[in-house]
Amino acid sequence: MRKICLPRWLGMTLIVVALLALPLVLTQVGTAWVRIANLAILFIFLSLGLNIVVGMAGLLDLGYVAFYAVGAYTWALLASPHFGVHLPFWIILPIGALLACIAGAVLGAPTLRLRGDYLAIVTLGFGEIVRIFMNNLSSPFNITNGPKGITRIDSFSVGDMDFRSTDTLLGIDFTGPTKYYYVLLLLLLFVIVVNLRLQKSRIGRAWVAIREDEIAAKAAGINTRNIKLLAFAMGASFGGIAGGMFAAMQGFVSPESFVLHESIMILAMVVLGGMGNVWGVIAGALLLSFVPEFLRYTVEPAQMALFGHLLIEPEVLRMLIFGVALVLTMRFRPAGLWPESRHKREMGEMNEERG
Amino acid sequence: MNLPMKTLSFSVAAAVLMIGCGKKEEAPAPQAAAPAPAVPVVVKIGHVAPLTGGIAHLGKDNENGARLALDEANAENVKIGGQAVKFELVAEDDQADPKVGNTVAQKLVDAKVVGVVGHLNSGTTIPASAIYNGAGLPMISGSATNPALTEQGFKGVFRVVGRDDQQGPAVANYLIATTKPKTVAIVDDATAYGEGLANEVEKTLKDAGVKVLPREKGTDKTADWKAVLTKIKGKKPDAVFYGGMDATGGPLLKQARELKIGAVFAFGDGACTDKMAELAGDAAENLVCSQAGIPVQAAGKKFLDGYKAKFNIDPILYSPFTYDSTKLLIAAMQKADSTDPAKYLPALQSIDFNGASGNIQFDEKGDRKDAEMTIFTMKEGKITPLAIIKSGKSLTLDEYAALGAPAAPPSATPAAEAKPAEGAAPAQK
Amino acid sequence: MDIFLQQIINGLTTGSVYAIVALGYTMVYGVIQLINFAHGEVVMIGAMVAFSVIMMVVNAGLPIPPLFAVLAGVLVAIPACMAIGYMLERVAYRPLRHAPRLAPLITAIGMSIVLQHLALLIWGRDPRAFPQIIENPSFAIGGAAISGVQIAIILLSFAMMAGLTWFVYRTRFGIAIRATAEDVRVAALMGVDANRVIAATFVIGAGLGAVAGVMVGTYYGITHYTMGFMLGLKAFSAAVLGGIGNIAGAMLGGILLGLVEALGTGYIGDFTDLCHWPVVGEMLSARCADGGHAVLFGSNYQDVFAFVVLILVLVFRPSGLLGERVSERA
Repeated sequence: MRKICLPRWLGMTLIVVALLALPLVLTQVGTAWVRIANLAILFIFLSLGLNIVVGMAGLLDLGYVAFYAVGAYTWALLASPHFGVHLPFWIILPIGALLACIAGAVLGAPTLRLRGDYLAIVTLGFGEIVRIFMNNLSSPFNITNGPKGITRIDSFSVGDMDFRSTDTLLGIDFTGPTKYYYVLLLLLLFVIVVNLRLQKSRIGRAWVAIREDEIAAKAAGINTRNIKLLAFAMGASFGGIAGGMFAAMQGFVSPESFVLHESIMILAMVVLGGMGNVWGVIAGALLLSFVPEFLRYTVEPAQMALFGHLLIEPEVLRMLIFGVALVLTMRFRPAGLWPESRHKREMGEMNEERG
Repeated sequence: MNLPMKTLSFSVAAAVLMIGCGKKEEAPAPQAAAPAPAVPVVVKIGHVAPLTGGIAHLGKDNENGARLALDEANAENVKIGGQAVKFELVAEDDQADPKVGNTVAQKLVDAKVVGVVGHLNSGTTIPASAIYNGAGLPMISGSATNPALTEQGFKGVFRVVGRDDQQGPAVANYLIATTKPKTVAIVDDATAYGEGLANEVEKTLKDAGVKVLPREKGTDKTADWKAVLTKIKGKKPDAVFYGGMDATGGPLLKQARELKIGAVFAFGDGACTDKMAELAGDAAENLVCSQAGIPVQAAGKKFLDGYKAKFNIDPILYSPFTYDSTKLLIAAMQKADSTDPAKYLPALQSIDFNGASGNIQFDEKGDRKDAEMTIFTMKEGKITPLAIIKSGKSLTLDEYAALGAPAAPPSATPAAEAKPAEGAAPAQK
Repeated sequence: MDIFLQQIINGLTTGSVYAIVALGYTMVYGVIQLINFAHGEVVMIGAMVAFSVIMMVVNAGLPIPPLFAVLAGVLVAIPACMAIGYMLERVAYRPLRHAPRLAPLITAIGMSIVLQHLALLIWGRDPRAFPQIIENPSFAIGGAAISGVQIAIILLSFAMMAGLTWFVYRTRFGIAIRATAEDVRVAALMGVDANRVIAATFVIGAGLGAVAGVMVGTYYGITHYTMGFMLGLKAFSAAVLGGIGNIAGAMLGGILLGLVEALGTGYIGDFTDLCHWPVVGEMLSARCADGGHAVLFGSNYQDVFAFVVLILVLVFRPSGLLGERVSERA
């Protein structure tokens, strides 16, 4: 153990330095890239949360965005002029996580007996139900402001430092997005550590046991009901935190940010990266966040260079390439880009049996 | 989205003086002598609308409007600050997603655009406006009608389209005046636009003592309205108002007639298009609908012809407004003789401009002043204007034309160039 | 009463459309236990192809009856969709047959993005008005109206279900399908060409999808390149509700879902109008005065009604109404 650890720490230091310097470099290219990086981190968050449910515990969840929505609306309602409440982040984020956690348990409880695709459709339905409620809770009593969404949400702030404005420190401009980047990075570190610890813990192993064979897991003395509920609840609370940060960063939430398509994207990140493997999931989230943006910048110039005029509109081509990329990646790396070694082996066998 | 409000340019004379509205040759004349610099300065103007997704066709329409305006300006070899400038459109796709909207907004800021036209949806425009405001960039939306947009107190945020709370009362009052309904059913598509507009209609109806049935809703993708309509049928309303777009409004109307609902159907601007006739067939005849300002078909002739010639299709809905928005930005730059947002913003705020959608001036919030609303009906597959509501009064087209004529001294000045078309257009329909 | 009957007719029609689309999901699922996530897009393309063909026939001005124009649309749409179904299987499913089971889900999502945007390129972003050329007579039953198209949709869907059942249970190929569904390896040992069978289920499902697409286009009079998604979602729910993999279940699930939506929309709003409730209504007297309302769950919750019924059914019958086995795979 020790032998590997030392060089690893060196590498870690390099990575940390690179991560810290990243937004400053990106700002030179364009602040938009810092925003994209921030969204990517949020998606890493979400994917890691979903990874607990899908990757570790093997419960296919297509409604994960519901918890994200719960977190985002918690922040929006508790820190905006909508109700005139303005609580600080260290109260709202835990409340958001808790509410999402409860929502996770509420979803988990009735679905304990369901497996596979049945579970998928129920979770999908749950996600849609949450969104529809957010969209319609403006009448008869106005709670969420309906489709108009909630505007002028407070940004993240510590003491007097508002994370939406630009500060200058040591001659370097720290723009709003840059500051958010550091907060998100910090939170991300926390989430990654929790995930890595979970993976190796008793609970993590219990999840894997359930994923591989629920009956055997039960026979081995695992309380499958509680452990499954725990997976839903934990996964959900990560979504809740991500949602809170999303609301703070955007300053605006509306139900259209929480559509099924988002759940599917998050799932695609988890699966593409490699279910169950924290690093794989991170890679998947990064890839799917950056590729569409990268294409946004390259598709048009590339066509102009190749054909001299626009053959296919950039937006459409971007989505086409994205779709093809999903297919090809899965075609050649079906267990994901960076699969969990144990997972790959076992899933392979299981599918063999099925033919 | 409401359509434009056009203010009647009484103040045309003033307009003429102040704005060089739009373009035109002489305005920057002083420096005209500058021996044509070989390379014109490139001035970037951003445009954002959804170009993929359910309302992508409207997004493209908006973009076309802006593109047309830029091309026209470029053809005129505009000079600003003594230098020849070439305008360039930086067009972005926000996928109607606020998250993407913020990213592309930032991208425009990075690209150093000097002003932004967009976005299409209120849902993406509102959050993005904070970013433009932070960067000191003026933005003009040609289609975001949610009142909240201009209630944020941002100085550089404008819209040339009417607010939901201006259009709703107009169509509601027209219904009250003409059909004298006792009971009205209101349906919306559960979007910020549809619901917002429907709420305004409901408020006006209730204030007038009309009984309003509980709100029914679909979504912006609903094709099957039968269940909702059957329920409405059971309550026998005299009129039905729908807040939503033509893609859902068409099937709604068609199915209503299949169910033999005889009530008058009224719509807002989103469903006030010729497409309604295509989608609903004969059922669309005699529908009532409203548009803020003067409709696409009645937009300035120069715009209509230019659009058709350039894109080989007809404009759909908001392109006259994005066209005007773009021209407004350019006009303000010319007036201030600077492309620096900080310098031309005051000129934009005080502008008085005659565009394809009529005369445009902004109030202190950035909303269009004294908007006109037009009420239409469907006749033989074409929406046909019935009345123009101006300052709370309902005018027939002739009355309006009479009003318009003296107000627009023909061709006296560059500013008036869009004017005759505007006055004449409603009449020709 | 006429209103109630009308809602039943509405629900039956919508439900029949769901049912036919659901058959496509169920065919594929029954054999390889995978969700064909791109099926909704196949339905959309069916509608679009038929739209183009009908427009072509109409514009050509040939002296043929309108019904034949629609039939021509169907006849071109079916093979077109079948080709897409086959391609889907070859590209997105066959190479991944031994991969972890979520992998084909992702390829299918990828394919549906590709199909949707190809459709955008070909047919544009505008909603297209489906040509309303056939006579659509309206009949009155007990005060409710039912149109010719509605009757045709209901009858056709039952006919297709019956045909499919006959095919699966009474023909040699059907036996091969069922054998493959039971156990691919053993079926292969018995001389069944599993690849052919699996491809066939995709092709058949897509063919049914094409018919559904034309029905939807004719019934609602509109097609749009994003229409496949929600329709697919509802149909998939219907298939699961009835017990995915079961042909009669898809039918039952579809019709049940259609009825729940229609009746839920039609009546729950009135029942949950707080102004009609005894105690609460008085507390809200300010807003309830003069015919005001305070509806908790109106038609805005139409999709919620459908999903709640789905969840309830699954909680009490985890494998759907007619599903026999509990899925063993997670």
